[in-house]
Amino acid sequence: MIAEAGHAALWLAAVMALLQFTLGALGLSSRFKNFLPSTAPTAVVQSVLACISFICLIILFVRSDMSVLLVATNSHSDKPMMYKIAGTWGNHEGSMLLWVTILGIGGATVALFERALDIRTKVATLAAQGVIALGFYAFLLFSSNPFTRINPAPANGQGLNPLLQDPGLAFHPPTLYMGYVGMSVAFSFAIGALVTRDVGPAFARAMRPWILGAWIFLTIGITAGSYWAYYELGWGGWWFWDPVENASLMPWLAATALLHSVTVLATRDSLRAWTIMLSVVAFSMSMIGTFLVRSGILTSVHSFAVDPTRGGFILILLALYIGGAMALFALRIGTVREGNRFEAVSREGALVFNNLLLSTILVVVLVGTLYPLALEATTGTKLSVGAPYFNSVAGPMALILMVGMAVGPLLKWRYDKSKAVLERMAVPILLAALATLLIAIFVGPTAILPLVGLVVAAGVAAASIAPLWKRNLRRTPLFTWGMVIAHLGCAVSIAGMAADSAFTKEALVAMQIGQSQKVGPYTVTLKNISEIPGPNWSALDAEMVVQKGDSAPFIMHPQSRTFRDPPMETSESAIATAWNGQLYLVVGIPTDNSGYPIRMWWKPFVTLIWLGGILIALGGLLSLIGRIDRDLFRGFRSFGRKEKLA
Amino acid sequence: MKPKQQRLLLGVVAVAALVGAGFIALSALESKAAYFYTPSDIRQNAVAVGKPIRLGGMVADQSIKRGMDGVTVRFIVADENSQIPVFFKGITPDLFKEKSGVIAEGSMARSGEFIATNLLAKHDEKYMPPELSKGLSTQGASKP
Repeated sequence: MIAEAGHAALWLAAVMALLQFTLGALGLSSRFKNFLPSTAPTAVVQSVLACISFICLIILFVRSDMSVLLVATNSHSDKPMMYKIAGTWGNHEGSMLLWVTILGIGGATVALFERALDIRTKVATLAAQGVIALGFYAFLLFSSNPFTRINPAPANGQGLNPLLQDPGLAFHPPTLYMGYVGMSVAFSFAIGALVTRDVGPAFARAMRPWILGAWIFLTIGITAGSYWAYYELGWGGWWFWDPVENASLMPWLAATALLHSVTVLATRDSLRAWTIMLSVVAFSMSMIGTFLVRSGILTSVHSFAVDPTRGGFILILLALYIGGAMALFALRIGTVREGNRFEAVSREGALVFNNLLLSTILVVVLVGTLYPLALEATTGTKLSVGAPYFNSVAGPMALILMVGMAVGPLLKWRYDKSKAVLERMAVPILLAALATLLIAIFVGPTAILPLVGLVVAAGVAAASIAPLWKRNLRRTPLFTWGMVIAHLGCAVSIAGMAADSAFTKEALVAMQIGQSQKVGPYTVTLKNISEIPGPNWSALDAEMVVQKGDSAPFIMHPQSRTFRDPPMETSESAIATAWNGQLYLVVGIPTDNSGYPIRMWWKPFVTLIWLGGILIALGGLLSLIGRIDRDLFRGFRSFGRKEKLA
Repeated sequence: MKPKQQRLLLGVVAVAALVGAGFIALSALESKAAYFYTPSDIRQNAVAVGKPIRLGGMVADQSIKRGMDGVTVRFIVADENSQIPVFFKGITPDLFKEKSGVIAEGSMARSGEFIATNLLAKHDEKYMPPELSKGLSTQGASKP
């Protein structure tokens, strides 16, 4: 009964999406002007129906209703409750339903709260949202229906991939989807503005909170995903350049570029066409991300949903949306008046530099991610593109970007003198030089990329705080704090990455009980091995005593787990965090009597990588709060007045 | 410069930067991408020593020899016609065993041995890397 209700709600939501588009499109023509006000309520109803449908699916999973095919293939009746709920979106159909539900909520939020924009632009935006949603409803209803029944119902179900049975799962995909969907709203705004030719500061301010919000979620999603891979896969790495990781990185790169260009549009009314183009690109990257993850064309640790027929559907949607947006851009952009021009040495100039570099890095990541797929599809040749390619090409570009990030915020809007900029950069440059000296004295020769990384991080850290100098900190706007903290976060993160790759110590030994091994400043002793039963797994548990110098020893428990449904083994790494880094232990199953294979890493300052990520997201959040306060409420107050720029 | 000219200039610079990035990316791929080989592919085409590649096939029966230190392992990856000896130091994946599929990442050594830096084992058919099942079925080896 619940499955049928959910299915019906999904159909009704699809009808509402169609209505939302039709009413909006008709309303824009002068003959059907009285349809204009009905678009927003339709968007709200559509989102309520999508939510009902998603809640029905959650209930089916909670009840372990095995007569529903999706539940039977992805859940198991003796699975812990938290993973039953998280299992709702731990599979293809459920996660697509979550996608479209979040999309609906995004549309409803625009419908209810967007007041600063011209009504026609708002309606065009909602119509674009309707089209996007319609495509995904069609995808769900015709090729990925989550509510299909099976007869007879199996007793227990097949279970969830054990790698996914982790608290991170409950949180990770929804976070990324919020980011993807936020980009779709920004895209709809761009389409709306193109349709009504209303590209200007007001439009930029309406769009900015969505970009910021999406960007915050993507940042959190990437940071959390990186930490998940780090502790769950037990390989000691924090980024594998896996296509699924790239699928979240590419929208982030585009969103970061868009975030900066929309600021230029809002403040100086420059970069009109550029900003529109970037929002199309950012949404395209979100779609490509969804396609890569959901189509099952990838060979990676993440590709759990393998069904190539669905890939075709998403690919067609992708082509329609991107192609349609590009065509609209080509047709309309000539009729949108140019914005103001800008000087090369100015804040605007620096932000254009930022945009060019981010786009360049985006192309490098995109080519590296899609090349193996394209090559295999056309010639059948199989190859994998990994860290050697991405690090050597994108790494140096990212470091140049960091230098730009140090200089940019110290430049004035409109026009600045090169000499004055150099003076303002004096302290950061000195600090970078000092860092070089310290590394040369205390560390000795290191690989070039980590070395440059550390030096640049020191310079950027100093430069990112510089915009606060000689300012009344109380009266500094919240979004300036946001910028400072986000940029500082980049420096912190880069420092962590460089420290990890330059200073990590590793040991790999087969240990008998009682044996010891040194790694970094620690001495690790294997004290005991025992078998531990879990709810649906049993584990080989290693009790390891860890001591650093004369300080008190502590105990760590790496495990090797064997799951029953489905049968699979995973490593549960044990991680101890100190102020200056992490000790990381992994135990393997012994193959003969030479001992238990144990891998250990001492990773100095590796935690800075994720701390930086959190700071970046926090900076975004402060900006968002500051912008909503200033743009939306002030925009609301000045609604109807003509924008006049300084 | 008028706004229109600047917009044009910006567009040209952007397109040039992106095309340039594309070229850099493609030329870097030439040297940095790891191709997928079966044992027969390696026997038929000389693979440069030290070039990163992926080797996929079945772990031959009775071929796994563990080192005395407990963390090194030697085994043979085979397909219908050819065999390649592989050396690996590390914790072998949980389902790494004889007569099942494996993908080894690494490079050929001068000795003719494949030095693996990472092993991806077949978990079960549900989670098997697709390229492995394809590579094996075209070889006529056992289907997963």
